[in-house]
Amino acid sequence: MREAISQALWEEMDRDERVFILGEEVGVWGGTYAVTKGFYDHFGAERVRDTPISEAAIVGAAIGAALTGLRPVAELMTINFAFSAMEHIVNESAKLHYMFGGQFILPMVVRTVSGGGRQLGATHSQTPDAVFAHFPGLKVVSPGTPEDAKGLLKACIRSDDPVLYIEHATLYQARGEVSEGDYTIPIGVSKIQRSGKDVTLITYSKMLELSIKAAEKLAVDGIEVEIVDLRTLRPLDMGPVVESFKKTNRAVIVEEGWRSYGVGAEVATRLYEEAFDYVDSPIKRVAQKEVPLPYNRALEQLALPQVEDIVQAVKEVM
Amino acid sequence: MVYVMEKEEYIKLYYQMVLIRHLEERAAELYQQGKIGGFLHLYIGQEAVSTGLISARKPQDRIITAYRDHGVAINAGIPPRQVVAELLGKATGISKGRGGSMHMADVTKNYWGGHAIVGTHLPIAAGLALGDLYQHTNGVTICMFGDGATNIGYFHEALNLSKVWNLPILWACENNQYGMGTAVDRASAVIEIRQKAEGYQIPNERIDGMNVLTVREAALAYLDLIRSGKGPHFLEIVTYRYRGHSMGDPERYRKAEEIKKWKENDPIGIYQHYLSDNQIAQQDELDDVETQVKADILDAVEFAESSPEPAPETLFDNVYVD
Repeated sequence: MREAISQALWEEMDRDERVFILGEEVGVWGGTYAVTKGFYDHFGAERVRDTPISEAAIVGAAIGAALTGLRPVAELMTINFAFSAMEHIVNESAKLHYMFGGQFILPMVVRTVSGGGRQLGATHSQTPDAVFAHFPGLKVVSPGTPEDAKGLLKACIRSDDPVLYIEHATLYQARGEVSEGDYTIPIGVSKIQRSGKDVTLITYSKMLELSIKAAEKLAVDGIEVEIVDLRTLRPLDMGPVVESFKKTNRAVIVEEGWRSYGVGAEVATRLYEEAFDYVDSPIKRVAQKEVPLPYNRALEQLALPQVEDIVQAVKEVM
Repeated sequence: MVYVMEKEEYIKLYYQMVLIRHLEERAAELYQQGKIGGFLHLYIGQEAVSTGLISARKPQDRIITAYRDHGVAINAGIPPRQVVAELLGKATGISKGRGGSMHMADVTKNYWGGHAIVGTHLPIAAGLALGDLYQHTNGVTICMFGDGATNIGYFHEALNLSKVWNLPILWACENNQYGMGTAVDRASAVIEIRQKAEGYQIPNERIDGMNVLTVREAALAYLDLIRSGKGPHFLEIVTYRYRGHSMGDPERYRKAEEIKKWKENDPIGIYQHYLSDNQIAQQDELDDVETQVKADILDAVEFAESSPEPAPETLFDNVYVD
């Protein structure tokens, strides 16, 4: 996955002089997750800009530069640091195009990293993706496969709207085929990642990996799971979700963030609103337990959604 | 260095300041009549600041400011018609009725708003300047903000970044003595705001913001330096707002005598004397300017009042580009 993201950035910078990177340790260090390794030497300090530890200034500067016609890709080391730039992400970038009557165009991407599971403690392990997806005007993208990561990031960089592109801390090692050549994957299009007729699993990012494992286990018991990968949280594409649900009449939504006010809450409600007549069983949610994520390895894993939790939830809706 | 202007330019500055004064007074009336909603922050007393600053810019120079923005909008070149129409929330407003008093911008005039959350536009201004540095446009960003904004973190992140990256930016602090109702000496560790720029090794100066020519000349000198690659500069422009922070401010934090004292130092009055004393303009010429201003305000208000409301079916316009 790391290589796919890196390729997308490299190819877009190669293709378009207006694309540049800014963020903490993106240059000389090569990126804390090594996504921009080698970029500084190749593209130079003007286009791979190391910043102070100033998240508001990073996103604010990206907004300003985008307004002048550049296409900045700002990196926030983790989404936990995005709170320090919350004002600029949700209260500026999401609103400027609308609020000035369409005059401001902000072709900018904020890349960041979500997710727990690395014993980093409560402040460094959150998956608050849904928080950011709450705001109209912002697009929120979060891929689960290398193929999608590359194609979606290229689409985000070419988009004229501000996009929050959320990677996952434990997906960088994930392996998968990536298409040849210059391709993009459209923002705001959900995808069936696995076909099945018995139950619809709706998920994205890291939880796609767990959902596939759960589906494989359930297949042994004869339960055929269909997996819909949202890929984009806003704008949310319910088309494939509703279509799948009308076939299976059963749904489980799997997310890594907390259950309350989350992605599962949104998707379940929309299914009830849009496909109530097809409901054969109460829709279930698998999500993080409602605690600040603990440091202790066993406790952390206990709080995070596990493959077994998904298997259990699917059996309950059958 | 002394910068000399043609007569029309001197008159233009007078026109701008009188126009802003009258427009703001008219806006207060429209607010009291219930025709303007939300908040309304008037620029009366501070006219010389943006008039002087913006008179010094070249077309490639960008302007960005906070929420006390009507006067800045006028100086940036937005016609009074579109300013008043925006105040009234009309479809013909500069932000199509989506922005209101605090959110006016005109990209075609290189005027980038009108930002209502204190201090947040400073990092954005740094980004505008970065865009010019990256694209070698030779443009400078003039970022205006109040004294209150210098106490929030965004200010410090933005100033630091501007120095680290040697950005072509003029930080222009309009010190009007109060952040809402809290006096500078009750809110800021240093009373001379310019001292905050010292901490970032940004060249700075504290100047009289009631004299439009003082502001203009300081801005011209700094813009030249910035344009020649000398990096960010900082002006603390000392001024005073005659009216409350916004409409409905009970003004318990200051005494009538203080306001009276500042009014004796009125920016329009000072400039009027300057023009007469130096025989640049006769009183009848200045009267003509005032007559013209009144006609322009009348026209702007008529235009705004007769303009259509935004159509309901346009509610979702411009949430996204793609």
